[in-house]
Amino acid sequence: MRAIMTKNSRWTSIGFQIAALVLALLFTTLILLAAGAPPLEAYKNIITGSFGSFKKFSDVLVSWVPLLLVSAGLLVTFAAGLWNIGVEGQIILGAIGTTWALRELQETSLPPSLIIFLAILAGMAGGAFWALLAGALKTFGGVNEIFGGLGLNFVATALTIYLIFGPWKRPGVASMSGTVPFDEALHLSLFPGLRLSPWALVIAVIAIVIVYFLLQGTYFGLRLKAVGKNFRAAYLLGIPTWQHMMLSFLICGALAGVAGATQVTAVYYRLIPAISSGYGYLGLMVAMLVNYQAIWAAPVALFFAALNIGSIQLPIVLKLDSSLSGVLQGMLVLFVLIMEGIRQRLFRRS
Amino acid sequence: MKIELRNIHKNFGNNHANNDITLTIPSGTIQGILGENGAGKSTLMKILSGFIHADEGEILLDGKPVTITSPAEAIRHGIGMLHQDPLDFPPLRLLDNFMLGLPGSLFPNRKEAIQDFNLLKKEFGFSFDPESYVDSLTVGERQQLEIMRLLFLGARVFILDEPTTGISAAQKTKLFDTLKKFHEQAITTIFVSHKLEDVENLCDQVAVLRQGKLVGEMTRPPGAHAGEKPFDTKKLVEMMFGKEISLGARQVMEQHGCILELNGISIEDIRLKIQNVDLEVNGGEVIGLAGMEGSGQGPFLRACAGMVRPVGGSVRVRGRNLTGKSYHVYKRNGVEFLPASRLEEGLVPGLTLTEHYLLAEKSHDLFINRERGVRQAQEKITSFNIKGTPVHTVESLSGGNQQRALLSLLRETLSLILIEHPTRGLDIESVIYIWKKLKERCRKGTAILFISSDLEEILQYSDRVLVFFNGKVSQPLDASTTTVEQLGQLIGGKGWAS
Repeated sequence: MRAIMTKNSRWTSIGFQIAALVLALLFTTLILLAAGAPPLEAYKNIITGSFGSFKKFSDVLVSWVPLLLVSAGLLVTFAAGLWNIGVEGQIILGAIGTTWALRELQETSLPPSLIIFLAILAGMAGGAFWALLAGALKTFGGVNEIFGGLGLNFVATALTIYLIFGPWKRPGVASMSGTVPFDEALHLSLFPGLRLSPWALVIAVIAIVIVYFLLQGTYFGLRLKAVGKNFRAAYLLGIPTWQHMMLSFLICGALAGVAGATQVTAVYYRLIPAISSGYGYLGLMVAMLVNYQAIWAAPVALFFAALNIGSIQLPIVLKLDSSLSGVLQGMLVLFVLIMEGIRQRLFRRS
Repeated sequence: MKIELRNIHKNFGNNHANNDITLTIPSGTIQGILGENGAGKSTLMKILSGFIHADEGEILLDGKPVTITSPAEAIRHGIGMLHQDPLDFPPLRLLDNFMLGLPGSLFPNRKEAIQDFNLLKKEFGFSFDPESYVDSLTVGERQQLEIMRLLFLGARVFILDEPTTGISAAQKTKLFDTLKKFHEQAITTIFVSHKLEDVENLCDQVAVLRQGKLVGEMTRPPGAHAGEKPFDTKKLVEMMFGKEISLGARQVMEQHGCILELNGISIEDIRLKIQNVDLEVNGGEVIGLAGMEGSGQGPFLRACAGMVRPVGGSVRVRGRNLTGKSYHVYKRNGVEFLPASRLEEGLVPGLTLTEHYLLAEKSHDLFINRERGVRQAQEKITSFNIKGTPVHTVESLSGGNQQRALLSLLRETLSLILIEHPTRGLDIESVIYIWKKLKERCRKGTAILFISSDLEEILQYSDRVLVFFNGKVSQPLDASTTTVEQLGQLIGGKGWAS
């Protein structure tokens, strides 16, 4: 009886998710109609804008790298039952750490590749530090990680602005366009003719693979899940609970820090005020959408990145705001969660 | 208001919590409801106050059938419930609490409310400042506030769930005076308790529940006054706990050296104080902790595992002083604690049996060997007779099998096992099986302390028994010479040298 249920529920679960996708599209279509825009034309533009050419697809991958890194990190904190909203600030601190290291080391005689490597490590450390702050606030201060993280996000943004307009300002006039771009030798190398760095791509793929095995195949991952699903039982089973929470913060922060580091070393080559580009919040949506399953994170993050890139040309072609992709992404998450709720309710009844 | 309950049934899964209960309470009566934990008292009261719905049965108020779908509707019918833990809002002012639940008040009239507040206050002789905050009150005062609020909302029936737990003697006197005043105003009171003395002092009639059934009723003979013995205590105890049923011959294990040594342990929480308890437990010995829920046995057991920090005294395990150490340190010293709430504290819902054994084995490896894990799980499942497979998640198991799973997570060699309600809600076959497994541990020299509300279980499987009542702890009683009746009296607060 139960076996039949689980087999059934896998198919019904997929059915419900497809329904969620359809509903999200339907709802976005309504919004487009209300705005007086041709929906099919808009969707077509998103598709051609993201997969229309190899160059465009490579841009999707540029956006995929930080999103995947952040999602990978969030899978770890979600496994431990933590809502690491502070991931946005952790990306920023990663970028700040990397910028700092590059500024400190750019005048030295170290080989550029070593400098880049050290700078990425500094980014990891920066993100991890910021995550540990949120973790320490939770563990020792009793501050919920959502509030602590949110607060730290604002502090991180303020810190970026301060650095750009203060100690790290451009010679002459400081501006919102960020710090002085770094020398080309300190950029992560790109595929010729593209904006995509093979190094960044490799780092992101390695990160998600490691997280997948960490959560699926290790004792550490299993303990994290136990802590996340039942804190008190985990404690009684002898698992050092708060230490595991801190470790999950550390891992997530480090990965978010790497995302920030790649934004600096492979995309903007400097620190800009909006360096995190909202990838933190987007990563939260990806993690929720994949129901915390690492294996789905890569394709869903790719889909989200494609929506981001595909909507870039909407303002030019259709005079629509590019935030349409955000509407669709948000709708998708909401409907998937709603359908999941409905599914559970139906099954509890029966 | 006259209350009639007719043929009330309520099932929770396989548990028939209320089985065909019919009870009539005349207007203005103080009705006592007696019964041990899990007898179905709370379920019945929750049905009457709209928290849950009966599967079958009728409720009549003053002869009219009603359906009560929520607590708000109950209070519209005039039924107010006073919960054991006051359901109020500590960060709010008294006045705000008082006005809560008032229908249709977007802009409440504070002035009028203050007048009503002061009027009620005077009538019952309570002393409150409406502008002070609830968290500055004692449990007893919060109870008084709640009574006032329910009266203000128009309650004509009061359900009080264990109202005398955790309040001072003076507050108890005041509460009883208040309830007697209700009697004069034809307000009906339902007094749920396990304290025989309170019920005897206060109630006009008593109903006793056991295992979901109404097993007996008694009415105070006319002309009997407080102070006399209106009810036959012996008969009440017998109705509450049932007659002795033999679970086979008692087993007595050979005892080894001292495992657990408590010296002058004192424990305090918001409700009660346990003071200065000494106890030595030997290897192979089983100590049963008896008492109604909330009498102090819970914190006491947890203090033996480092989960509650005693305010005084010392805990030694095999001679090592572990006072003030965390549970994980106790665990390293061969102590394990099994909680009563299996899915809330003991097991991790969403994880499989295999994953539980992997978690419990404390491996220092990085990677999990799933095959070995499944094999190990299969062995445990076979040896503990668990109805399930290695890939079953724990919440999909039945209660008895969850308890077996919990037991199977215990490590091989242990000095001391502490268990809350080892067999609560289990069928007799599981009970016998679980105790067989526990006694095997004793034979190897492990000491066991356990809490149970089943007195037969306590007498059957313990060597010695500690009875808890309101934070007081009895001297260890020899289980072989104690009867269920003696135990029942002590649990109900009778026969204590004060």
